Amino acid sequence: MDKFTELTAVAAPMPEENVDTDQIIPARFLKTIKRTGLGEHLFANLRYGADGREKPDFVLNREPYRHAEILITLDNLGCGSSREHAPWALLDFGIRCVIAPSFADIFHNNCFKNGILPIQLPRETCEMLMDDARLGANAQLRVDLVQQVVVRPDGQEIAFEVDPFRRELLLEGLDDIGQTLQHGDAITTFEHGRDETKPWMPALAF
Amino acid sequence: MTARTLFDKIWHDHVVERLQDGTCILYIDRHLVHEVTSPQAFEGLRLAGRRLRRPDATIAVVDHNVPTSDRSLPIEEPESRTQIETLEHNVAEFGVPYIPLRSASQGIVHVIGPEQGISLPGMTIVCGDSHTSTHGALGALAFGIGTSEVEHVMATQTLLQKPAKNMRVTVEGELAPGVTAKDVMLAIIGKIGTAGGTGHVIEFAGSAIRGLDMAGRMTICNMSIEAGARAGMVAPDQTTFDYVRGRRFAPQGAAFDEACAYWSTLASDPNAVFDTEVELRAEDIAPNLTWGTSPEDVIPITGTIPDPATASEPGHRARLERALAYMGLEPGAEIAGTPIDVVFIGSCTNSRIEDLRSAAQVIDGRHVAPGVRALVVPGSGLVKAQAEEEGLDRVFREAGFEWREAGCSMCLGMNPDKLTPGQRCASTSNRNFEGRQGPGGRTHLLSPAMAAAAAVTGVLTDVRALTREIA
Repeated sequence: MDKFTELTAVAAPMPEENVDTDQIIPARFLKTIKRTGLGEHLFANLRYGADGREKPDFVLNREPYRHAEILITLDNLGCGSSREHAPWALLDFGIRCVIAPSFADIFHNNCFKNGILPIQLPRETCEMLMDDARLGANAQLRVDLVQQVVVRPDGQEIAFEVDPFRRELLLEGLDDIGQTLQHGDAITTFEHGRDETKPWMPALAF
Repeated sequence: MTARTLFDKIWHDHVVERLQDGTCILYIDRHLVHEVTSPQAFEGLRLAGRRLRRPDATIAVVDHNVPTSDRSLPIEEPESRTQIETLEHNVAEFGVPYIPLRSASQGIVHVIGPEQGISLPGMTIVCGDSHTSTHGALGALAFGIGTSEVEHVMATQTLLQKPAKNMRVTVEGELAPGVTAKDVMLAIIGKIGTAGGTGHVIEFAGSAIRGLDMAGRMTICNMSIEAGARAGMVAPDQTTFDYVRGRRFAPQGAAFDEACAYWSTLASDPNAVFDTEVELRAEDIAPNLTWGTSPEDVIPITGTIPDPATASEPGHRARLERALAYMGLEPGAEIAGTPIDVVFIGSCTNSRIEDLRSAAQVIDGRHVAPGVRALVVPGSGLVKAQAEEEGLDRVFREAGFEWREAGCSMCLGMNPDKLTPGQRCASTSNRNFEGRQGPGGRTHLLSPAMAAAAAVTGVLTDVRALTREIA
């Protein structure tokens, strides 16, 4: 996983509630056995017409948002399925940070696992940042995870909260499996305890 | 000791270690694996040279991609075939128990887990699929995870988690005739919204919930994710124990009694405090359905399509307007009488034997309306066999339904079962998002009985009008 420390980039405004994972990446694109290559299918049903051509109105088909690395939406971003293909598609397109008034839990979790920073800010702030994002190519936002601030084009800083454990993993680009495996002895001890207290726990085998 | 909820008890029982900031290493008793969200996780293990820690706590099955037509034929779609073959290769390499496509017990992962006693009360159960919440009906803590977490569980048999908040949804009273578990859950989602449960685990309680059979409880817990919750659960009781007893992987004999004694301790303490409480009266719930493109867009079948002009908030109004345009509906119109093109009875929400019986009862002696395509996709091979033993397949076939093999099918259209643009579907599945059942497809979520009523009349119909005729 790539580290996330600081990002200065174009932000794409998507003033929609409930941007669900079926919109982010429709199910027909989940047949891949890889993590990469999903960027071209990001928001496929909204981004392309039935003839496969780009819909000119869709935000990611317009300049400068084709190069967006930040996505801003309204409430409940990522609701729906657990598909990690949603953050994979965002990442493959180039999105490294998502900003919304609220997130669905699994999507929120999946973002962190892939080096995407989800930032929760009040709805009015998100709307203000969307107005900033509409100012054009020079109106970049700066996201600083070290200082935990979003910096507006006019220099105003907006503080945000982030889980300290997850912040650390993002800043260091750490694989949390490696972290957990360091607690291998504790897991083994737990398993022995469970064998004692729940001897009825069946093993699965055919 | 302070009073604890069902969730608190199961959580506490599975904490391996609590890290400094409150993040816990949570032990996972059961890991269910399917073909869509696992290939990248197995690949991750392989690249890191890691083993799968507990194959004996893991089980794999194919469901999302599989054709539900003739199983003796090869799988036509090359990408689906690749994904299925990749799973078969992976389970062989890592020694994971596997239910293959042509096994008599293959089926939707959330149907076979409870059905075969793989999922049991008091367990922590995960799967790379959001509808894992289904298994919470047994009184387990069951939730969906992403592929990185699938890999984490494979490597460590644990997850890094922080405890959720507790929500209790209480439904007291008696359900009216024609009102099912699906209607109850749609009412709950309509009330609290698709983000209403965010950050919470929901315990469903009250006499109307306790009165449901296990299939009904599974329908309710299944759609907890549509209410934004991490998981849904129902306290294990005699109904649960009777359901579990004798299932293939359930403990047997004295071991079952010992397990039961433990499971009986799990119910929330009477004075346990919940962070959020929601209450509904069973008598207030009608047969419900969705009109829009979010599972919270719920109205009773006797209701009218809402007018976005009444929404006070511009962003919300815009969403409702877009949903109306997508669904091709007019504000203020009655929802009943809206013509449909397709009926889908299936999915991890409503494909159990009880669901098929409920639909068959409405269909018996009637015929699918002209121009309507209707499918029944049983949740598992065992459900299908049971239905055939009861003669339900004949009822469906004679009425003009397609009688299919088990799989996820038209719930998400990863296999050839899809809606075409503009088609309107009465569906017993769980999501009505834009394009969910196929690009441009329009989905109305409803119960199996309501889907059956739509099939035979060709329009969205109050099932109570038909069942009164029967009576």
